[in-house]
Amino acid sequence: MPFSLFNLKALSPEIFLVVVASLMVLFDRAIRAKDFFFWTGLFGTVLAWWLARESLGLAFGGSYLADHYGFFFKTIFLLSLFLSLLISPAYARREGFHFGEYYGLLYFAVCGMMLMASGTDLLVIYLGLELMSLSVYVLVALDWRDSRGLEGGLKYFLLGSLASAFLVMGLAFIYGQTGSLNLLEIKRQLTVSASEMAVLSGIVFFMVALGFKVAMVPFHMWAPDAYEGAPTPVTAFMSVAAKAAGFAALGRIFLLAFAPAHIFWMKLLVPLAVLTMFVGNILAVVQTNIKRLLAYSSVAHAGYVLLGIAVGTREGLSAVLLYLFVYAFMNIGAFAVVTLLQRESGAGESIFDYQGLAKLYPVPAFLMLLFMFSLTGIPPTAGFIGKFYLFRSVVHAGHPWLAVLAVLASVIAAYPYLRIVMLMYMREPERQIRPVASPSLWLALGLSAVGVILIGVYPGSLLHTVMGSVF
Amino acid sequence: MIPLNWYLYLALALFAVGLFGFVTRRNVIIVLLSIEIMLNAANVALAALGTRMQDVTGHIVVFFVIAVAAAEAAIGLSLVVLLYKRFREVHLDEVKMLKG
Repeated sequence: MPFSLFNLKALSPEIFLVVVASLMVLFDRAIRAKDFFFWTGLFGTVLAWWLARESLGLAFGGSYLADHYGFFFKTIFLLSLFLSLLISPAYARREGFHFGEYYGLLYFAVCGMMLMASGTDLLVIYLGLELMSLSVYVLVALDWRDSRGLEGGLKYFLLGSLASAFLVMGLAFIYGQTGSLNLLEIKRQLTVSASEMAVLSGIVFFMVALGFKVAMVPFHMWAPDAYEGAPTPVTAFMSVAAKAAGFAALGRIFLLAFAPAHIFWMKLLVPLAVLTMFVGNILAVVQTNIKRLLAYSSVAHAGYVLLGIAVGTREGLSAVLLYLFVYAFMNIGAFAVVTLLQRESGAGESIFDYQGLAKLYPVPAFLMLLFMFSLTGIPPTAGFIGKFYLFRSVVHAGHPWLAVLAVLASVIAAYPYLRIVMLMYMREPERQIRPVASPSLWLALGLSAVGVILIGVYPGSLLHTVMGSVF
Repeated sequence: MIPLNWYLYLALALFAVGLFGFVTRRNVIIVLLSIEIMLNAANVALAALGTRMQDVTGHIVVFFVIAVAAAEAAIGLSLVVLLYKRFREVHLDEVKMLKG
């Protein structure tokens, strides 16, 4: 491994994000026109992406590696940041958190995610995870006057800190056995001592900690509360980006460092993934609050993605990348529609508020239909492509029965999603809720819809990118 | 010289104490304390392992964990303050707007 102590160029997107975030927080008082932060946020996101693309490399003596894998995840984070920013201003203005700190915290969170995706040292990954989590805890509780937001934030904080305590303990176990925190070094050591008790407990601790972050059953209890309590743009952001960050770390740690112990952790991860799919989908069936429904659906989607990690092949990992990229478009799109219909004090959050939407407002209804079809995995949409390649990789890895279970779980998932479509298209409107849209919200909806259709119809170049992005 | 294993048993015991407190206690401040105990259990293990292996990495990680724990406590306590302002109560049982 080439030794490079201070190759700061590889870190330039993170440095840029931290500087911009600090300035946003600092100058919040001085700048009255708060839209300034919104525009800075948007342009900064594009600039950060460009920086990330230009600056691949190794930094800090091999503990930070900006490779294609990291870059693909950074693209997902920045894409979901961009889309969440677009749906933010109208909502933030209404709820009274349209200020610099909000945008600054989003930036800090993305910076932490980037460190998780590119860190090749357990300490760097831990620090990135904490930076992300601490920012997201605050974002969830930002709307603290609403007691749901406060409670969701508190629950997320308590369970998240528990998870990080598990992570540190796992780190101690692995360090004690291998004497190093570098992922490559750990892998080298584990090839001889993969069945030691300390290693196995360390792996279990890591699985618990990262399982919390990606909302794996049985560690998913925080997800519905935090998702419902958080402001909707934050929910959209954390349901995609924070989850993707968890998977980035999970993929890097388990498929690189813990690869020699694959036989052991696969036995644990496969049942948990299956459980996650089924529990998420079955609980989504009974929800009537749209944000809770989407929260349980995101638990279920985490289950599908976990399968791609659990099989432990390069193809599985590339399918994970593809799925998370697709998920960014369809999930943030769905949350953008939710934002469109939401009013003060929780009105417009019940799925019965969507009754007869197609008659009154055909365009939002059609977009919701598109995102719901995509989340279900119906062919002309991107969701189908994501599921198809994920399940195919599971079959190729030699687990056809696992793919069958996953398909069964997605059949259950069709009920909650298509129920919303049914309510929108086949019922008469009862309560009239007028969508309040801002141009930026429409832009977010348009971008997500185009993404969902384009990837669904023409997945070729994305597949090519994804295959080249796994390590 | 105290054997390494004793330190590790101590760390595991502390971790178990913290986990038990986290699960059973309903006062948010005590729950925060339990998390701190768990983090410090890991710190004991890391410091002991670093000393045994004559490797500075373990000690460095301890400092990082302490710093992160401080940041975590800051956010946790501010949430508790907000909770108290809102409900006049810091017990988890009293705060049940959202259903499981």
